[in-house]
Amino acid sequence: MTSTEQRMLWMYETMIEIREYEETMATVYLEGKLPPNIQKGLAFDIGSGPVPGEMHLAAGQEPVAVGVCAHLKKEDTVVGTHRPHHFAIAKGVPLKPMTAEMFGKETGLGRGKGGHMHLFDPEHKFSCSGIIGASLPPACGAALAAKKRRKDWVAVAFFGEGASNQGSFHESLNLAAVWNLPVIFVCEDNKYAISVEKSDSTSVAWNADRAASYNMPGVRIDQNDALAVYEAAGMAIQRARMGQGPTLIEIKTDRYMGHFQGDGEAYRPSNEVAELKKNDPIPRLAAHLRKQGLLDDALDHTIRARVSERIREAYDYARISPYPKPEDALLHVFH
Amino acid sequence: MTQAQQLTMAAAISQSISQEIELNQDVFVLGEDIGKYGGIFGATGGLLAKHGKDRIMDTPISETAFIGTAIGAAAEGMRPIVELMFVDFFGVCMDMIYNHMAKNTYMSGGNVKLPVVLMCAIGGGYNDAAQHSQCLYGTFAHVPGLKVVVPSNAYDAKGLMTQAIRDDNPVMFMFHKGIMGLPWMAYYEGSTTEVPEASYTIPFGKANIVREGKDVTIVTLSQMVHKAVIAADQLSKEGVSAEVIDLRTLVPLDRESVLKSVRKTGRLLVADEDYLSFGLSGEIAALIAENLDTVSLKAPVKRLAVPDVPIPYSRPLEQFVIPQVDSIAHAMRQLMSSKAPA
Repeated sequence: MTSTEQRMLWMYETMIEIREYEETMATVYLEGKLPPNIQKGLAFDIGSGPVPGEMHLAAGQEPVAVGVCAHLKKEDTVVGTHRPHHFAIAKGVPLKPMTAEMFGKETGLGRGKGGHMHLFDPEHKFSCSGIIGASLPPACGAALAAKKRRKDWVAVAFFGEGASNQGSFHESLNLAAVWNLPVIFVCEDNKYAISVEKSDSTSVAWNADRAASYNMPGVRIDQNDALAVYEAAGMAIQRARMGQGPTLIEIKTDRYMGHFQGDGEAYRPSNEVAELKKNDPIPRLAAHLRKQGLLDDALDHTIRARVSERIREAYDYARISPYPKPEDALLHVFH
Repeated sequence: MTQAQQLTMAAAISQSISQEIELNQDVFVLGEDIGKYGGIFGATGGLLAKHGKDRIMDTPISETAFIGTAIGAAAEGMRPIVELMFVDFFGVCMDMIYNHMAKNTYMSGGNVKLPVVLMCAIGGGYNDAAQHSQCLYGTFAHVPGLKVVVPSNAYDAKGLMTQAIRDDNPVMFMFHKGIMGLPWMAYYEGSTTEVPEASYTIPFGKANIVREGKDVTIVTLSQMVHKAVIAADQLSKEGVSAEVIDLRTLVPLDRESVLKSVRKTGRLLVADEDYLSFGLSGEIAALIAENLDTVSLKAPVKRLAVPDVPIPYSRPLEQFVIPQVDSIAHAMRQLMSSKAPA
């Protein structure tokens, strides 16, 4: 099997892993949040249950994460968003401490101090932020560090289409171009900035066109397809590794769930998600792999079984892990 | 043998940075006009010619991007020194400072290390009005996760800057324009001092007793230290012995030195150029209030600070709101004539 074929299969398995991870989380998240287990009169209580707080899931957006990360090495840096699980999984962040973090446990990536929007794994060079547009500047910094150390490492900043109207987007693209940084800006356009449609918020149909303002290539990918992302990202990452500077890639992708869990999604037609799912990127890649002779029923079954096992282990680990001691809240303000 | 030279605070800061750049290949500087210009307030004077463009990087006017870049580089193990020209400009980039630089170490459970020095100019007194004259160190000290250094003279500035660069945490290094020794702005000459050429550090959280005394304690920092010393000298002619404490750093804060001094003198004046309410002067007053079981006051605590107005432009207005030598002397006289609390 060629390395490309291996990466195709890795993308397939990782997309299944992301999807199952998110669907599992959607179920687990509801535990303890619904009547009759909550305050009378409420339909939902965000602060209850084993995974409290906001929860932003990325089911449907898997191609963005796997198509880019398929090209990355451990030394490359990824900075993700408030909806970070698909990026983290694709970058190789281990599921157990990641899940434990969402359960607020001592064994979590941040010992329970960050939660699902603030996952930090320095070993796998992954971080994210709950602030819109905050991934771009630190990714420039990681790219600058790689350049200063004369390594061929790259940095990837993922962000949503809503973030492209933040100053940080424009400042960072300009800076990266001026300094010729090995950074790839990846915009995942899932059409909605929470509820506001791109057409109501953004002066251009394609953010990728904004790359021209910053003298860098802008690449449009108009389908939620892992292979298309893989191909475009490969070229951008190669450019960056060769010292040819930054690239902006924008990918049309689909968000199958709400902005956060509990979102009534009144802003989109009730049949929209069902329509989007007709173009599910996982069966789409499966069909391609079968056509290439890389996947059959037996292998598919094996892949799905081992993914399920990994996810079950991660959630079990998170559940049985201990909480931090309350007074540990006072630790780690400084290093 | 260490040679000492007379240096302005600007030159002392620049010398510290230069020595750390030579010592550690991970150290570099970025910011607006820090290269060819040498920093608007001289903190990076001469560095570009000496260390080149890879280490001394002029940036676009994009504070969010370049402070965020410093954060990202620090997370990779670099040791950036980033200059925000005036502290007043934090409004365009505070998210990177207080939501990321200050919190990523905590939110990672201590797994992320961010050795960043964010240096900036503070202070008024030269009629630059409300958007270029603030101190705001209280604002940064209020946010958990930032060390806050506010030097008053060249010797301290060099040692504290070297300490800041070697610290594995984000450090706000806030220098007052009116003590940098600039050739284009009047300054307090006491801020230009003998500075050893060899590298040295001054630990954070250790206040400096600038002047010993037994009747009244003046807690202060930055440019105000020099005003307090002049006022204390004036009052000594009236038979009042004042102790002047230069805090040097707000985070960490040397609470012990303050308590020790006030236990001795029984009178406290806080002289501060930041805003009065919800800030440094209130914090020091609260420290005394929380320790009244071991501190016996001979007079109520007194605070001098900017009285909760933006810094005005016109000279008489600005001089009125920023504590001056005369207002410090006046407050000391009030403290000496005040009755002990019941």
